[in-house]
Amino acid sequence: MEQFLQQVINGISLGSIYALIALGYTMVYGIIKLINFAHCDIYMIGAYTGFFCMTSLNLGLIPSMLIAMVLCMILGAAIEKVAYKPLRNASRITVLITAIGVSLFLEYGMMFLVGANVRAYPTMTGILAEKIHIGDFAIPVQNFFIVGITLLLMIMLQFIVKKTKLGKAMRAVSLDADAARLMGINVNNTISFTFMLGSALAGAAGVLVGVYYTSINPLMGYLPGVKAFIAAVFGGIGSIPGAMIGGFFIGMVEVMVSGYASSLFKDAVVFAILILILIVKPAGLLGKNIREKV
Amino acid sequence: MKNLFKKSAVIKTISIILIFAIVQILLLTNIINDYYFTTLVTVCINIILAVSLNLVTGFTGQFSLGHAGFMSIGAYTCAIFTMRMSSTLGVGAFLIGIVLAAIAAGIVGVLVGLPTLRLRGDYLAIATLGMAEIIRIIAVNLDITNGAAGLSGIPRDVNWFWLFLFTAGTVVLITNFLKSTHGRSCISIREDEIAADSMGINTTKYKVMAFVIGAICAGVAGALYSSFFYVIKPDLFGFLKSIDILVIVVLGGLGSISGSILAAILLAVISTMLQSFAEVRMVLYSLMLVVIMIFRPQGLMGSKEVSLQLFSKIGQSFKKKRV
Repeated sequence: MEQFLQQVINGISLGSIYALIALGYTMVYGIIKLINFAHCDIYMIGAYTGFFCMTSLNLGLIPSMLIAMVLCMILGAAIEKVAYKPLRNASRITVLITAIGVSLFLEYGMMFLVGANVRAYPTMTGILAEKIHIGDFAIPVQNFFIVGITLLLMIMLQFIVKKTKLGKAMRAVSLDADAARLMGINVNNTISFTFMLGSALAGAAGVLVGVYYTSINPLMGYLPGVKAFIAAVFGGIGSIPGAMIGGFFIGMVEVMVSGYASSLFKDAVVFAILILILIVKPAGLLGKNIREKV
Repeated sequence: MKNLFKKSAVIKTISIILIFAIVQILLLTNIINDYYFTTLVTVCINIILAVSLNLVTGFTGQFSLGHAGFMSIGAYTCAIFTMRMSSTLGVGAFLIGIVLAAIAAGIVGVLVGLPTLRLRGDYLAIATLGMAEIIRIIAVNLDITNGAAGLSGIPRDVNWFWLFLFTAGTVVLITNFLKSTHGRSCISIREDEIAADSMGINTTKYKVMAFVIGAICAGVAGALYSSFFYVIKPDLFGFLKSIDILVIVVLGGLGSISGSILAAILLAVISTMLQSFAEVRMVLYSLMLVVIMIFRPQGLMGSKEVSLQLFSKIGQSFKKKRV
């Protein structure tokens, strides 16, 4: 029982990180129908930014995370401008290949800059290093911190999407870009804004994953990125609450498989889930079946 | 039988035999030494992989990111079989191994293709990526594949004859497939799936057909790889290998068989030259991918083929300029 509760807590922490990344995928997919492969590398760069802020500049965790978010936001917008915007009217396969190219460029560019070796994330100090004891088991405070930050960011995102003018524009563009343009919405700016929003969340997730796994390397983005995408597909791609549910689900499955079966198979199980969803309910949990128009 | 004696068919057959003979003579006179021959093998295997991926991605318009997974299945099937049977069957073991490799890759192709190809959109990309990753994880964990260390000491039966036979065979098979009714249906799916559907083409059937042919060819390429290089490891057939193949196809032109062949040769030359700068290689590769997509999304050849007509057209345009 204790082990089970421990696993649940780990699952929620890991799941919240996946959910943060999945939000970026789902928003971008919702608005321009692109699997943004570069998203997982933005998250890797977020982790590195946090690392350098904490070690070289001696900043605290929260300021480092804010800097990482801002930097990723700029990076996300820049990638969109340079690589995706010229291809707005190109076929989907072209944009997808570009996204893979950008992703590889970020990974190997970073490897070239900082080296391929794994770096240890600075250990948490102060209250974050403590553990809360309930009965027999101990919950590290950093898990509360990870989940808390995630929830805060999700509430902020919901507020932006539902209550602000830009959020309304985002929803309009993802529903029908041409109609939105006719209504006087600046579609290009809205798409840039979506990229910025998603990238900022990925930056935060990068710092949190550094705290959770305590090690980072330039290729760390690939697997969590694919898993977060699976989470987005599970929840119904394009749906923001779906991405959150999917993220928590995938995190929980992964932790349970490595806890009770074999950690060697945790990745295979996640991919098997993807293939199962595609067979059973391709639209995902909260997705809608959209009929294609000619 | 008429088709066999058409002028273009005769010229093609003669040129294929000529290429084989010239390289064979160069090998016998040792002008192509072992080092160059290794590059040649890599080029041929890459041609098989690229041409078969081009059938799936370039001609049928289905984006697959798991081509290396099929290669891995082929490599392991052939290696396991030949290592056990080589002492009794000799070269026969290698040939049966290749057939088994093709069958195994084909079966997995059907299993992955059937559920995912019903869907429209980019799900296939992620599903094939996931499939390749599952195959890699299974290969790391099984005993028969010897885990992460991989298999070594696979008997080498590949020589220039077999290599050329399978490479030219794949290219001829796929070009002829594309000229058939089935191939035309595949191309129509790429052009407009809804229109093809309403013209009475069973789109799922043809998508699966192209995907499985691609998988079988990749399996054969994997078998050749394992037989030539003695050693196979699960990590050789990861995501990056799939990207390598994709780069060849994109650079050559989505929808151009001769483009894929040219790009496979070109990239082999480039990567041999960049061997001492391994870190920069991937950065250049990725930049190339992005730049090609933005400035020349159709690749080197577009959807054109190198053919006699093309040469005569070029010749005519030169003549016109002189006048």
